[in-house]
Amino acid sequence: MTAIHYIRCFHGIIWREGLRFIHQRERFLSALVRPLVWLAIFAAGFRSVVNIGITAPYVTYIEYQVYIVPGLCAMIQLFNGMQSSLSMVYDRETGSMRSLLVSPLPRWFLLVSKLVAGVVVSIIQVYAFLLIAWFWDVDPPWGGYVAILPALFLSGLALGALGMFLSSAIRQLENFAGVMNFVIFPMFFTSSALYPLWKISESSEVLYWVCLFNPFTHAVELIRFALYLDVNMLSLGVVATTGLLFLGLAIYGYDPGRGLIARRRNS
Amino acid sequence: MAQPALKSGQDAHPIALEVAGLTHRFGSLHALDDVSLSLNQGDFTVLLGLNGAGKTTLYSLVTRLYSHQSGSIHIFGHDLYRSPSAALARIGVVFQQPSLDLDLSVEQNLRYHASLHGLAPRKTRERIDSELQRCGLAEQAGAKLRTLSGGQRRRVEIARALLHQPSLLLLDEPTVGLDIGSRQAMLHHVRELCRSENLAVLWATHLIDEIGAGEKVVILHKGRVLAAGPVNQVVAQAGAEDIRQAFNTITGIAEPAENP
Repeated sequence: MTAIHYIRCFHGIIWREGLRFIHQRERFLSALVRPLVWLAIFAAGFRSVVNIGITAPYVTYIEYQVYIVPGLCAMIQLFNGMQSSLSMVYDRETGSMRSLLVSPLPRWFLLVSKLVAGVVVSIIQVYAFLLIAWFWDVDPPWGGYVAILPALFLSGLALGALGMFLSSAIRQLENFAGVMNFVIFPMFFTSSALYPLWKISESSEVLYWVCLFNPFTHAVELIRFALYLDVNMLSLGVVATTGLLFLGLAIYGYDPGRGLIARRRNS
Repeated sequence: MAQPALKSGQDAHPIALEVAGLTHRFGSLHALDDVSLSLNQGDFTVLLGLNGAGKTTLYSLVTRLYSHQSGSIHIFGHDLYRSPSAALARIGVVFQQPSLDLDLSVEQNLRYHASLHGLAPRKTRERIDSELQRCGLAEQAGAKLRTLSGGQRRRVEIARALLHQPSLLLLDEPTVGLDIGSRQAMLHHVRELCRSENLAVLWATHLIDEIGAGEKVVILHKGRVLAAGPVNQVVAQAGAEDIRQAFNTITGIAEPAENP
Protein backbone atom coordinates (compact mmCIF):
# COMPACT_ATOMS: atom_id res chain seq x y z
CA MET A 1 0.00 0.00 0.00
CA THR A 2 1.31 3.42 -0.90
CA ALA A 3 0.42 6.89 0.37
CA ILE A 4 -2.08 7.36 -2.47
CA HIS A 5 -4.07 4.33 -1.28
CA TYR A 6 -4.26 5.84 2.20
CA ILE A 7 -5.38 9.20 0.81
CA ARG A 8 -8.09 7.64 -1.35
CA CYS A 9 -9.36 5.57 1.56
CA PHE A 10 -9.36 8.58 3.92
CA HIS A 11 -11.17 10.67 1.34
CA GLY A 12 -13.74 7.90 0.80
CA ILE A 13 -14.52 7.60 4.52
CA ILE A 14 -14.92 11.38 4.96
CA TRP A 15 -17.04 11.59 1.79
CA ARG A 16 -19.37 8.84 2.99
CA GLU A 17 -19.78 10.48 6.40
CA GLY A 18 -20.58 13.76 4.62
CA LEU A 19 -23.21 12.05 2.47
CA ARG A 20 -24.76 10.41 5.52
CA PHE A 21 -24.82 13.78 7.25
CA ILE A 22 -26.64 15.36 4.32
CA HIS A 23 -29.16 12.52 4.22
CA GLN A 24 -29.81 12.51 7.95
CA ARG A 25 -31.36 15.96 8.24
CA GLU A 26 -33.12 15.04 11.47
CA ARG A 27 -29.76 14.33 13.07
CA PHE A 28 -28.49 17.76 12.07
CA LEU A 29 -31.67 19.41 13.24
CA SER A 30 -31.63 17.71 16.63
CA ALA A 31 -27.93 18.52 16.99
CA LEU A 32 -28.92 22.19 16.63
CA VAL A 33 -32.16 22.18 18.57
CA ARG A 34 -30.61 20.62 21.69
CA PRO A 35 -28.11 23.43 22.43
CA LEU A 36 -30.57 26.08 21.24
CA VAL A 37 -33.06 24.95 23.87
CA TRP A 38 -30.37 25.46 26.50
CA LEU A 39 -29.44 28.81 25.05
CA ALA A 40 -32.92 30.19 24.49
CA ILE A 41 -34.79 28.74 27.46
CA PHE A 42 -32.38 27.62 30.16
CA ALA A 43 -30.06 30.62 29.81
CA ALA A 44 -32.97 33.05 29.68
CA GLY A 45 -34.29 31.76 32.97
CA PHE A 46 -30.94 31.58 34.71
CA ARG A 47 -29.64 34.91 33.48
CA SER A 48 -31.13 36.78 36.40
CA VAL A 49 -30.33 34.09 38.97
CA VAL A 50 -26.71 33.27 38.25
CA ASN A 51 -23.98 35.80 38.75
CA ILE A 52 -20.81 34.44 37.27
CA GLY A 53 -18.69 37.51 37.91
CA ILE A 54 -15.59 38.13 35.82
CA THR A 55 -14.09 34.78 34.92
CA ALA A 56 -11.11 34.20 32.63
CA PRO A 57 -10.91 34.47 29.64
CA TYR A 58 -13.65 37.11 29.88
CA VAL A 59 -12.34 40.55 30.82
CA THR A 60 -15.66 42.06 31.76
CA TYR A 61 -19.02 41.05 33.11
CA ILE A 62 -20.83 38.86 30.63
CA GLU A 63 -24.37 37.69 30.28
CA TYR A 64 -25.13 34.10 31.17
CA GLN A 65 -25.92 33.01 27.62
CA VAL A 66 -22.45 34.16 26.57
CA TYR A 67 -20.96 32.00 29.30
CA ILE A 68 -22.72 28.76 28.36
CA VAL A 69 -22.10 28.89 24.60
CA PRO A 70 -18.66 27.17 24.71
CA GLY A 71 -20.12 24.45 26.92
CA LEU A 72 -22.93 23.95 24.42
CA CYS A 73 -20.39 23.71 21.58
CA ALA A 74 -18.65 20.94 23.51
CA MET A 75 -22.03 19.33 24.19
CA ILE A 76 -22.69 19.20 20.44
CA GLN A 77 -19.37 17.41 20.02
CA LEU A 78 -20.05 15.06 22.94
CA PHE A 79 -23.40 14.06 21.46
CA ASN A 80 -21.87 13.75 18.02
CA GLY A 81 -19.06 11.55 19.34
CA MET A 82 -21.59 9.33 21.06
CA GLN A 83 -23.86 9.22 18.02
CA SER A 84 -20.96 8.28 15.76
CA SER A 85 -20.15 5.46 18.11
CA LEU A 86 -23.82 4.56 18.26
CA SER A 87 -23.67 4.21 14.48
CA MET A 88 -20.54 2.09 14.88
CA VAL A 89 -22.35 -0.24 17.26
CA TYR A 90 -25.19 -0.37 14.77
CA ASP A 91 -22.74 -0.78 11.89
CA ARG A 92 -21.07 -3.63 13.66
CA GLU A 93 -24.37 -5.40 13.98
CA THR A 94 -25.06 -4.89 10.30
CA GLY A 95 -22.20 -5.75 7.98
CA SER A 96 -20.84 -2.29 7.22
CA MET A 97 -18.36 -2.17 10.09
CA ARG A 98 -17.13 -5.59 8.99
CA SER A 99 -16.73 -4.44 5.41
CA LEU A 100 -14.74 -1.44 6.68
CA LEU A 101 -12.49 -3.68 8.75
CA VAL A 102 -11.72 -6.09 5.89
CA SER A 103 -10.08 -3.27 3.97
CA PRO A 104 -6.41 -4.12 3.39
CA LEU A 105 -5.39 -0.83 5.02
CA PRO A 106 -4.30 -0.98 8.66
CA ARG A 107 -7.11 -1.02 11.17
CA TRP A 108 -5.79 1.92 13.20
CA PHE A 109 -5.87 4.02 10.03
CA LEU A 110 -9.47 3.03 9.27
CA LEU A 111 -10.57 3.89 12.81
CA VAL A 112 -8.74 7.23 12.86
CA SER A 113 -10.26 8.12 9.47
CA LYS A 114 -13.72 7.30 10.75
CA LEU A 115 -13.04 9.37 13.85
CA VAL A 116 -11.86 12.39 11.84
CA ALA A 117 -14.95 12.09 9.62
CA GLY A 118 -17.14 12.35 12.71
CA VAL A 119 -15.16 15.36 13.96
CA VAL A 120 -15.61 17.19 10.66
CA VAL A 121 -19.38 16.71 10.93
CA SER A 122 -19.38 17.94 14.55
CA ILE A 123 -17.45 21.08 13.57
CA ILE A 124 -20.03 21.93 10.91
CA GLN A 125 -22.74 21.55 13.55
CA VAL A 126 -20.88 23.82 15.99
CA TYR A 127 -20.43 26.57 13.41
CA ALA A 128 -24.12 26.40 12.51
CA PHE A 129 -24.94 26.76 16.22
CA LEU A 130 -22.54 29.68 16.66
CA LEU A 131 -24.15 31.42 13.72
CA ILE A 132 -27.56 31.18 15.36
CA ALA A 133 -26.10 32.11 18.77
CA TRP A 134 -24.81 35.33 17.21
CA PHE A 135 -28.42 36.48 16.98
CA TRP A 136 -28.71 35.92 20.77
CA ASP A 137 -26.02 38.54 21.30
CA VAL A 138 -23.26 35.99 21.65
CA ASP A 139 -20.69 37.78 19.58
CA PRO A 140 -17.11 36.82 20.37
CA PRO A 141 -14.28 38.51 18.45
CA TRP A 142 -14.23 37.56 14.78
CA GLY A 143 -10.79 36.01 15.17
CA GLY A 144 -12.28 33.69 17.78
CA TYR A 145 -14.31 31.92 15.12
CA VAL A 146 -11.06 30.94 13.42
CA ALA A 147 -9.16 30.24 16.62
CA ILE A 148 -11.70 27.68 17.86
CA LEU A 149 -11.21 25.53 14.76
CA PRO A 150 -8.11 23.70 16.09
CA ALA A 151 -9.66 23.61 19.57
CA LEU A 152 -12.84 22.02 18.17
CA PHE A 153 -10.79 19.56 16.17
CA LEU A 154 -8.89 18.46 19.26
CA SER A 155 -11.91 18.31 21.58
CA GLY A 156 -13.92 16.53 18.86
CA LEU A 157 -11.17 13.93 18.50
CA ALA A 158 -11.01 13.36 22.25
CA LEU A 159 -14.79 13.03 22.66
CA GLY A 160 -15.11 10.97 19.49
CA ALA A 161 -12.32 8.66 20.65
CA LEU A 162 -14.17 8.20 23.94
CA GLY A 163 -17.28 7.20 22.01
CA MET A 164 -15.27 4.88 19.76
CA PHE A 165 -13.72 3.18 22.76
CA LEU A 166 -17.16 2.71 24.30
CA SER A 167 -18.46 1.29 21.01
CA SER A 168 -15.73 -1.35 21.07
CA ALA A 169 -16.68 -2.26 24.62
CA ILE A 170 -20.46 -2.33 24.33
CA ARG A 171 -21.93 -5.66 23.47
CA GLN A 172 -25.28 -4.71 22.11
CA LEU A 173 -27.11 -1.72 20.79
CA GLU A 174 -29.61 -1.67 23.67
CA ASN A 175 -26.87 -1.05 26.19
CA PHE A 176 -26.03 2.19 24.51
CA ALA A 177 -29.04 3.98 25.97
CA GLY A 178 -27.47 3.34 29.34
CA VAL A 179 -24.21 4.82 28.18
CA MET A 180 -26.03 7.97 27.09
CA ASN A 181 -27.38 8.32 30.61
CA PHE A 182 -24.24 7.25 32.40
CA VAL A 183 -21.72 9.05 30.20
CA ILE A 184 -23.24 12.08 28.49
CA PHE A 185 -25.28 13.56 31.34
CA PRO A 186 -22.75 13.04 34.14
CA MET A 187 -19.96 14.43 31.95
CA PHE A 188 -21.99 17.48 31.02
CA PHE A 189 -23.29 18.30 34.49
CA THR A 190 -20.01 17.75 36.33
CA SER A 191 -18.18 20.25 34.17
CA SER A 192 -17.71 23.97 33.76
CA ALA A 193 -20.25 24.04 30.93
CA LEU A 194 -23.03 25.64 32.99
CA TYR A 195 -21.14 27.31 35.88
CA PRO A 196 -17.55 28.37 36.45
CA LEU A 197 -15.54 26.03 38.65
CA TRP A 198 -15.05 28.62 41.39
CA LYS A 199 -18.80 28.92 41.66
CA ILE A 200 -19.10 25.14 42.06
CA SER A 201 -16.42 25.12 44.77
CA GLU A 202 -18.51 27.58 46.79
CA SER A 203 -21.24 25.00 47.16
CA SER A 204 -19.32 21.71 47.13
CA GLU A 205 -15.61 21.12 47.35
CA VAL A 206 -16.02 17.48 46.30
CA LEU A 207 -18.01 18.41 43.22
CA TYR A 208 -15.36 20.97 42.38
CA TRP A 209 -12.68 18.29 42.31
CA VAL A 210 -14.87 15.95 40.28
CA CYS A 211 -15.40 18.73 37.75
CA LEU A 212 -11.70 19.54 37.67
CA PHE A 213 -10.81 15.95 36.84
CA ASN A 214 -13.55 15.66 34.23
CA PRO A 215 -11.94 15.84 30.76
CA PHE A 216 -15.14 17.39 29.44
CA THR A 217 -14.47 20.46 31.63
CA HIS A 218 -11.20 20.89 29.80
CA ALA A 219 -12.79 20.44 26.38
CA VAL A 220 -15.19 23.25 27.35
CA GLU A 221 -12.42 25.51 28.65
CA LEU A 222 -10.22 24.85 25.61
CA ILE A 223 -13.07 25.99 23.35
CA ARG A 224 -13.98 28.93 25.65
CA PHE A 225 -10.44 30.30 25.73
CA ALA A 226 -9.94 29.80 21.98
CA LEU A 227 -13.18 31.63 21.24
CA TYR A 228 -11.75 34.63 23.07
CA LEU A 229 -8.33 34.30 21.43
CA ASP A 230 -6.59 32.78 24.42
CA VAL A 231 -5.06 29.39 25.19
CA ASN A 232 -5.72 27.43 28.36
CA MET A 233 -2.56 25.32 28.54
CA LEU A 234 -3.86 23.00 31.25
CA SER A 235 -6.99 22.21 29.24
CA LEU A 236 -4.97 21.78 26.06
CA GLY A 237 -2.74 19.24 27.81
CA VAL A 238 -5.64 17.36 29.40
CA VAL A 239 -7.68 17.19 26.18
CA ALA A 240 -4.69 16.05 24.12
CA THR A 241 -3.70 13.41 26.68
CA THR A 242 -7.17 11.98 27.23
CA GLY A 243 -7.78 12.04 23.47
CA LEU A 244 -4.68 9.94 22.88
CA LEU A 245 -5.58 7.63 25.74
CA PHE A 246 -9.12 6.98 24.47
CA LEU A 247 -7.87 6.55 20.91
CA GLY A 248 -5.31 4.01 22.10
CA LEU A 249 -8.03 2.16 24.00
CA ALA A 250 -10.34 2.24 20.96
CA ILE A 251 -7.63 0.82 18.69
CA TYR A 252 -6.95 -1.81 21.32
CA GLY A 253 -10.67 -2.54 21.54
CA TYR A 254 -10.90 -3.15 17.79
CA ASP A 255 -7.61 -5.02 17.55
CA PRO A 256 -8.34 -8.45 16.10
CA GLY A 257 -5.88 -10.22 18.36
CA ARG A 258 -6.11 -8.64 21.75
CA GLY A 259 -9.13 -6.41 21.83
CA LEU A 260 -12.57 -6.64 23.26
CA ILE A 261 -13.99 -7.52 19.85
CA ALA A 262 -12.16 -10.87 20.02
CA ARG A 263 -13.84 -11.86 23.25
CA ARG A 264 -17.32 -11.67 21.86
CA ARG A 265 -19.28 -14.18 19.97
CA ASN A 266 -20.51 -12.57 16.77
CA SER A 267 -22.27 -15.46 15.14
CA MET B 1 3.53 -4.61 -0.38
CA ALA B 2 1.11 -6.09 -2.87
CA GLN B 3 -1.24 -4.03 -4.97
CA PRO B 4 -4.82 -4.18 -3.79
CA ALA B 5 -6.38 -5.11 -7.06
CA LEU B 6 -4.87 -8.14 -8.66
CA LYS B 7 -6.74 -9.46 -11.63
CA SER B 8 -8.19 -12.77 -10.65
CA GLY B 9 -6.35 -15.66 -12.19
CA GLN B 10 -3.02 -13.89 -11.93
CA ASP B 11 -2.10 -15.26 -8.54
CA ALA B 12 0.86 -17.54 -8.76
CA HIS B 13 -0.11 -19.54 -5.68
CA PRO B 14 -2.64 -22.22 -6.65
CA ILE B 15 -4.17 -22.60 -3.18
CA ALA B 16 -6.57 -19.74 -2.66
CA LEU B 17 -7.38 -20.47 0.96
CA GLU B 18 -5.62 -22.80 3.30
CA VAL B 19 -6.89 -23.15 6.83
CA ALA B 20 -4.96 -25.54 9.08
CA GLY B 21 -5.70 -26.66 12.61
CA LEU B 22 -7.89 -23.66 13.39
CA THR B 23 -9.27 -23.58 16.92
CA HIS B 24 -11.28 -20.80 18.51
CA ARG B 25 -13.16 -20.52 21.78
CA PHE B 26 -15.54 -18.00 23.22
CA GLY B 27 -14.99 -18.53 26.91
CA SER B 28 -15.80 -22.16 27.54
CA LEU B 29 -17.58 -22.59 24.20
CA HIS B 30 -15.54 -24.37 21.55
CA ALA B 31 -16.68 -22.45 18.45
CA LEU B 32 -14.12 -24.08 16.14
CA ASP B 33 -12.08 -27.15 16.91
CA ASP B 34 -9.07 -28.09 14.77
CA VAL B 35 -10.65 -26.95 11.51
CA SER B 36 -8.69 -27.51 8.31
CA LEU B 37 -9.76 -26.91 4.73
CA SER B 38 -8.28 -25.75 1.47
CA LEU B 39 -9.67 -24.16 -1.68
CA ASN B 40 -8.05 -24.08 -5.07
CA GLN B 41 -8.56 -21.41 -7.69
CA GLY B 42 -11.73 -22.01 -9.65
CA ASP B 43 -13.26 -24.15 -6.88
CA PHE B 44 -16.85 -23.59 -5.86
CA THR B 45 -16.95 -25.03 -2.36
CA VAL B 46 -20.03 -25.19 -0.18
CA LEU B 47 -19.52 -24.92 3.56
CA LEU B 48 -22.50 -26.81 4.88
CA GLY B 49 -23.58 -26.61 8.49
CA LEU B 50 -26.58 -26.00 10.67
CA ASN B 51 -27.08 -22.70 12.44
CA GLY B 52 -24.49 -22.44 15.20
CA ALA B 53 -22.08 -24.86 13.49
CA GLY B 54 -19.33 -22.21 13.51
CA LYS B 55 -19.63 -20.91 9.93
CA THR B 56 -19.78 -17.23 10.87
CA THR B 57 -16.94 -17.66 13.36
CA LEU B 58 -14.85 -19.23 10.59
CA TYR B 59 -15.65 -16.29 8.28
CA SER B 60 -14.81 -13.80 11.02
CA LEU B 61 -11.41 -15.42 11.47
CA VAL B 62 -10.67 -15.74 7.75
CA THR B 63 -11.55 -12.06 7.26
CA ARG B 64 -9.47 -11.09 10.32
CA LEU B 65 -12.33 -9.55 12.22
CA TYR B 66 -10.55 -11.12 15.12
CA SER B 67 -7.59 -13.44 15.54
CA HIS B 68 -7.70 -17.18 15.87
CA GLN B 69 -6.27 -18.71 18.98
CA SER B 70 -4.37 -21.52 17.28
CA GLY B 71 -3.78 -22.83 13.77
CA SER B 72 -3.00 -20.89 10.61
CA ILE B 73 -4.77 -19.16 7.71
CA HIS B 74 -3.05 -18.55 4.38
CA ILE B 75 -4.55 -16.69 1.45
CA PHE B 76 -2.68 -17.33 -1.79
CA GLY B 77 0.32 -18.17 0.34
CA HIS B 78 0.12 -15.02 2.48
CA ASP B 79 -0.18 -15.57 6.20
CA LEU B 80 -3.28 -13.59 7.22
CA TYR B 81 -1.70 -12.38 10.45
CA ARG B 82 1.83 -11.74 9.27
CA SER B 83 0.87 -9.94 6.06
CA PRO B 84 -2.81 -9.02 6.49
CA SER B 85 -2.74 -6.32 3.85
CA ALA B 86 -1.60 -8.62 1.03
CA ALA B 87 -4.02 -11.33 2.17
CA LEU B 88 -7.08 -9.08 2.60
CA ALA B 89 -6.49 -7.40 -0.77
CA ARG B 90 -7.28 -10.75 -2.44
CA ILE B 91 -10.49 -11.43 -0.56
CA GLY B 92 -13.97 -10.30 -1.48
CA VAL B 93 -16.60 -10.88 1.20
CA VAL B 94 -20.37 -10.97 1.19
CA PHE B 95 -21.48 -10.90 4.80
CA GLN B 96 -24.59 -12.47 6.18
CA GLN B 97 -25.73 -9.04 7.41
CA PRO B 98 -26.31 -6.34 4.80
CA SER B 99 -23.35 -3.99 4.63
CA LEU B 100 -24.70 -1.31 2.32
CA ASP B 101 -26.10 2.07 3.25
CA LEU B 102 -29.80 2.20 2.39
CA ASP B 103 -29.88 6.00 2.11
CA LEU B 104 -27.11 6.17 -0.47
CA SER B 105 -27.36 5.26 -4.14
CA VAL B 106 -25.97 2.03 -5.55
CA GLU B 107 -23.12 3.92 -7.16
CA GLN B 108 -22.29 5.90 -3.99
CA ASN B 109 -22.17 2.69 -1.97
CA LEU B 110 -19.82 1.10 -4.47
CA ARG B 111 -17.59 4.18 -4.66
CA TYR B 112 -17.18 4.13 -0.91
CA HIS B 113 -16.14 0.50 -0.91
CA ALA B 114 -13.73 1.04 -3.81
CA SER B 115 -12.06 3.76 -1.74
CA LEU B 116 -11.55 1.32 1.13
CA HIS B 117 -9.31 -0.63 -1.23
CA GLY B 118 -7.57 2.51 -2.45
CA LEU B 119 -8.84 2.26 -6.04
CA ALA B 120 -8.15 5.27 -8.28
CA PRO B 121 -11.19 7.33 -9.37
CA ARG B 122 -11.00 6.30 -13.03
CA LYS B 123 -10.49 2.66 -12.16
CA THR B 124 -13.39 2.92 -9.70
CA ARG B 125 -15.72 4.19 -12.43
CA GLU B 126 -14.66 1.43 -14.80
CA ARG B 127 -15.06 -1.28 -12.18
CA ILE B 128 -18.46 -0.03 -11.02
CA ASP B 129 -19.74 0.11 -14.61
CA SER B 130 -18.39 -3.33 -15.33
CA GLU B 131 -19.75 -5.00 -12.18
CA LEU B 132 -23.16 -3.35 -12.48
CA GLN B 133 -23.36 -4.48 -16.10
CA ARG B 134 -22.46 -7.97 -15.06
CA CYS B 135 -25.11 -8.20 -12.37
CA GLY B 136 -27.72 -6.52 -14.57
CA LEU B 137 -28.16 -3.42 -12.41
CA ALA B 138 -26.52 -0.77 -14.61
CA GLU B 139 -29.87 1.01 -14.96
CA GLN B 140 -30.20 1.29 -11.18
CA ALA B 141 -26.78 2.87 -10.56
CA GLY B 142 -28.33 6.14 -9.40
CA ALA B 143 -31.18 4.56 -7.44
CA LYS B 144 -31.22 4.65 -3.66
CA LEU B 145 -30.53 1.23 -2.26
CA ARG B 146 -33.72 1.43 -0.23
CA THR B 147 -35.75 1.26 -3.46
CA LEU B 148 -34.18 -2.05 -4.56
CA SER B 149 -35.59 -5.51 -3.88
CA GLY B 150 -33.87 -7.96 -1.53
CA GLY B 151 -32.42 -9.94 -4.42
CA GLN B 152 -31.12 -6.81 -6.14
CA ARG B 153 -29.47 -5.65 -2.91
CA ARG B 154 -27.66 -8.96 -2.56
CA ARG B 155 -26.45 -8.61 -6.16
CA VAL B 156 -25.08 -5.18 -5.27
CA GLU B 157 -23.35 -6.79 -2.26
CA ILE B 158 -21.65 -9.23 -4.64
CA ALA B 159 -20.70 -6.40 -7.01
CA ARG B 160 -19.23 -4.59 -3.99
CA ALA B 161 -17.23 -7.65 -2.99
CA LEU B 162 -15.82 -7.97 -6.54
CA LEU B 163 -14.90 -4.30 -7.10
CA HIS B 164 -11.25 -4.71 -6.25
CA GLN B 165 -11.04 -7.89 -8.34
CA PRO B 166 -10.34 -10.39 -5.60
CA SER B 167 -9.36 -13.97 -6.37
CA LEU B 168 -11.16 -15.48 -3.40
CA LEU B 169 -14.84 -14.78 -2.78
CA LEU B 170 -16.30 -15.62 0.63
CA LEU B 171 -20.07 -15.63 1.03
CA ASP B 172 -21.67 -16.18 4.43
CA GLU B 173 -25.23 -17.43 3.96
CA PRO B 174 -25.82 -14.91 1.17
CA THR B 175 -29.28 -16.21 0.32
CA VAL B 176 -30.81 -15.65 3.75
CA GLY B 177 -34.13 -13.88 3.39
CA LEU B 178 -34.38 -14.34 -0.38
CA ASP B 179 -37.21 -16.05 -2.18
CA ILE B 180 -36.59 -19.23 -4.20
CA GLY B 181 -36.26 -17.41 -7.53
CA SER B 182 -33.75 -14.87 -6.22
CA ARG B 183 -31.84 -17.61 -4.45
CA GLN B 184 -31.45 -19.66 -7.63
CA ALA B 185 -30.53 -16.57 -9.66
CA MET B 186 -27.87 -15.67 -7.12
CA LEU B 187 -26.38 -19.16 -7.08
CA HIS B 188 -26.27 -19.17 -10.85
CA HIS B 189 -24.63 -15.74 -10.87
CA VAL B 190 -21.86 -16.78 -8.46
CA ARG B 191 -21.25 -20.11 -10.22
CA GLU B 192 -20.85 -18.20 -13.47
CA LEU B 193 -18.35 -15.86 -11.79
CA CYS B 194 -16.43 -18.81 -10.47
CA ARG B 195 -16.17 -20.25 -13.98
CA SER B 196 -15.53 -17.09 -15.97
CA GLU B 197 -13.12 -15.40 -13.53
CA ASN B 198 -11.48 -18.55 -12.17
CA LEU B 199 -12.53 -17.37 -8.71
CA ALA B 200 -12.24 -19.54 -5.65
CA VAL B 201 -15.61 -19.38 -3.89
CA LEU B 202 -16.51 -20.47 -0.37
CA TRP B 203 -20.30 -20.46 -0.03
CA ALA B 204 -21.63 -21.02 3.48
CA THR B 205 -25.15 -22.31 3.83
CA HIS B 206 -27.43 -24.51 5.86
CA LEU B 207 -29.50 -25.35 2.79
CA ILE B 208 -28.59 -28.67 1.22
CA ASP B 209 -30.21 -27.88 -2.12
CA GLU B 210 -27.63 -25.16 -2.71
CA ILE B 211 -25.01 -27.83 -3.37
CA GLY B 212 -24.53 -28.57 -7.06
CA ALA B 213 -23.47 -31.87 -8.55
CA GLY B 214 -19.71 -32.20 -8.93
CA GLU B 215 -18.99 -29.40 -6.47
CA LYS B 216 -16.95 -29.64 -3.34
CA VAL B 217 -18.51 -29.64 0.08
CA VAL B 218 -17.18 -29.16 3.60
CA ILE B 219 -19.47 -30.33 6.39
CA LEU B 220 -19.00 -28.28 9.55
CA HIS B 221 -20.80 -29.49 12.65
CA LYS B 222 -20.41 -28.18 16.20
CA GLY B 223 -17.17 -26.47 15.25
CA ARG B 224 -15.54 -29.48 13.62
CA VAL B 225 -15.04 -30.49 9.99
CA LEU B 226 -16.64 -33.91 9.71
CA ALA B 227 -16.24 -34.44 5.96
CA ALA B 228 -14.70 -32.61 3.02
CA GLY B 229 -14.29 -33.32 -0.69
CA PRO B 230 -16.29 -33.65 -3.90
CA VAL B 231 -19.98 -34.29 -3.20
CA ASN B 232 -20.02 -37.79 -4.71
CA GLN B 233 -16.98 -38.78 -2.65
CA VAL B 234 -18.55 -37.52 0.59
CA VAL B 235 -21.79 -39.36 -0.24
CA ALA B 236 -19.91 -42.58 -1.04
CA GLN B 237 -17.81 -42.43 2.11
CA ALA B 238 -20.94 -42.03 4.21
CA GLY B 239 -22.54 -44.99 2.42
CA ALA B 240 -25.51 -42.77 1.63
CA GLU B 241 -27.70 -42.30 -1.41
CA ASP B 242 -27.48 -38.55 -1.61
CA ILE B 243 -25.87 -35.60 0.14
CA ARG B 244 -28.89 -35.05 2.38
CA GLN B 245 -28.69 -38.57 3.73
CA ALA B 246 -24.92 -38.29 3.96
CA PHE B 247 -25.21 -35.08 5.98
CA ASN B 248 -27.65 -36.71 8.40
CA THR B 249 -25.48 -39.81 8.75
CA ILE B 250 -22.25 -37.89 9.24
CA THR B 251 -23.67 -35.42 11.74
CA GLY B 252 -25.73 -38.06 13.48
CA ILE B 253 -28.93 -36.06 13.42
CA ALA B 254 -32.23 -37.81 12.87
CA GLU B 255 -34.18 -35.06 11.18
CA PRO B 256 -33.25 -33.73 7.76
CA ALA B 257 -31.40 -30.42 7.49
CA GLU B 258 -33.60 -27.40 6.94
CA ASN B 259 -34.69 -27.22 3.36
CA PRO B 260 -37.51 -25.00 2.19
